[in-house]
Amino acid sequence: MVKSNSNNMSAVIVENIVKKYQIEKSEVVAINGVSFEVAKGELFGIVGPDGAGKTSLFRVLTTLLLADSGHATIEGYDVVKDYKIIRKKLGYMPGRFSLYQDLSVEENLSFFATIFNTTIAENYDLIKDIYQQIEPFKKRRAGKLSGGMKQKLALCCALIHKPSVLFLDEPTTGVDAVSRKEFWEMLQRLKAQGITILVSTPYMDEAGMCDRVALMQKGQILAIDKPEQINQQFKNPLWAVQASSMYNLLKTLKQWAAVTSCYSFGEYYHVVMKSEMYGEKEIKAYLLQYQFQDIEVKQIAANIEDSFMALMHTSHE
Amino acid sequence: MNKEKVIVAEGLTKRFGDFVAVDHISFEVSKGEIFGFLGANGAGKTTAMRMLCGLSTPSTGKAIVAGLDLFKDAEKIKKNIGYMSQKFSLYEDLTIKENIQFYGGIYGLTKKQILDKTNYLVEHLHLQDHQNSLVRSLPLGWKQKLAFSVAIVHEPAIVFLDEPTGGVDPVTRREFWELIYDASERGITVFVTTHYMDEAEYCNRVSIMVDGRIEALDTPNGLKKTYNSDSMDEVFLKLARKAVRGE
Repeated sequence: MVKSNSNNMSAVIVENIVKKYQIEKSEVVAINGVSFEVAKGELFGIVGPDGAGKTSLFRVLTTLLLADSGHATIEGYDVVKDYKIIRKKLGYMPGRFSLYQDLSVEENLSFFATIFNTTIAENYDLIKDIYQQIEPFKKRRAGKLSGGMKQKLALCCALIHKPSVLFLDEPTTGVDAVSRKEFWEMLQRLKAQGITILVSTPYMDEAGMCDRVALMQKGQILAIDKPEQINQQFKNPLWAVQASSMYNLLKTLKQWAAVTSCYSFGEYYHVVMKSEMYGEKEIKAYLLQYQFQDIEVKQIAANIEDSFMALMHTSHE
Repeated sequence: MNKEKVIVAEGLTKRFGDFVAVDHISFEVSKGEIFGFLGANGAGKTTAMRMLCGLSTPSTGKAIVAGLDLFKDAEKIKKNIGYMSQKFSLYEDLTIKENIQFYGGIYGLTKKQILDKTNYLVEHLHLQDHQNSLVRSLPLGWKQKLAFSVAIVHEPAIVFLDEPTGGVDPVTRREFWELIYDASERGITVFVTTHYMDEAEYCNRVSIMVDGRIEALDTPNGLKKTYNSDSMDEVFLKLARKAVRGE
């Protein structure tokens, strides 16, 4: 149960939400008892692969989908009872582009402003930064915009009524590394204006850009905390290992009984050993038996992807 | 020793009206190589890939793909390559087995070959209990692994992978790369695009496209040295920030 004194501080409270779908004859549990709170002004990330339940969760919280059980409130309002009030308070950018393709950039924006009983001029300050980048194309139809420009227009439309809570469903999926970086810089500026932001992403490395994250997999939350706190929970000794002939190295390490897991990370493998007994010297000695050359072994701290994979295994067991 | 070249492109160019989507790109890819094809959105990757697959006729330039001339033998090229993307891969309303059989048939395998391949893949991918399930019911990660196996069911010279691991969980993403290594060891050339910069490190060589041109092409270590960077992420940011054109 949520403590009542925390309510004033929380923009979003989610309690034990469950959502199931019937697909043909089988039942799919999209959200399997999820609970968390997001503080006012927080930038909160929901990180997980496709099928984790991120979109269903966002649709429940944006009052577009009814949960089978559980409760949720946005700024103290219930997502079922008070949906009309909530819809005025939140901004939502769905994963799939859902503006009017045959209206121009400008027409889309003024349409959404009108719907929310406001004008572009009234809240221009909030979107100025982003809108200026697409303003040269304001007469262009939205359907003719490039992916990056569509994304910026959708964000402007989600912000035009100055929402207090903003939901962004996978805004960076399929976006290149440079544009992703720019998008997160944009979010930091919005956060500075006091908006509470919930953002979902399948890119683990984006967890580091959030104040707190929920790691999600198969409808469940594996961990919720500050990204650095989650990584500190990683208790097993972790080693980065490199050698000539990397694919052979992977096969060799995976067959070694002393190894718990071995995953590639860029130019290294991250290897979790079963015990502290195996240090740099032991790992090197083992690999030398198999004629590996240019062996490099160093102890490292876990990153969010290491943590996610370790938590995935625990939840399977 | 000069390794057999599976792709040779010289001054390959594609114009749409005044817009030069791909601007005189030249490169070679060897047999069995894992070749990473990187670039920002709008840099021209998809257009270049479509040309190499024989799906789009280049405006000018020359290219040999799987030993065949892109201008004369585009149809034959299609039989000698495999293709898989994040968006299109398998038929959702066919079962696993039916998908394998369907693609085997499309690529002209014999009945016996199709039977052997089906049995091998079902076992290799640990799908024994699911071979008669609709693909729709599979988790994304399994689908992508199956899609890759199906794309190389005819043992093509080259397989083109367009963002094959987008949205896939981190464990499955790595299992997917093991399938790539396997294919490469068997001599299949892998031409792959990705937005995950750690995956760029797994390639033998990487090219980075900026504004329709190949701005850099080297081994991951070579690129890091040249651009004085610790990671491919840094290399990519340094190069892609130079872009002047939008998407």
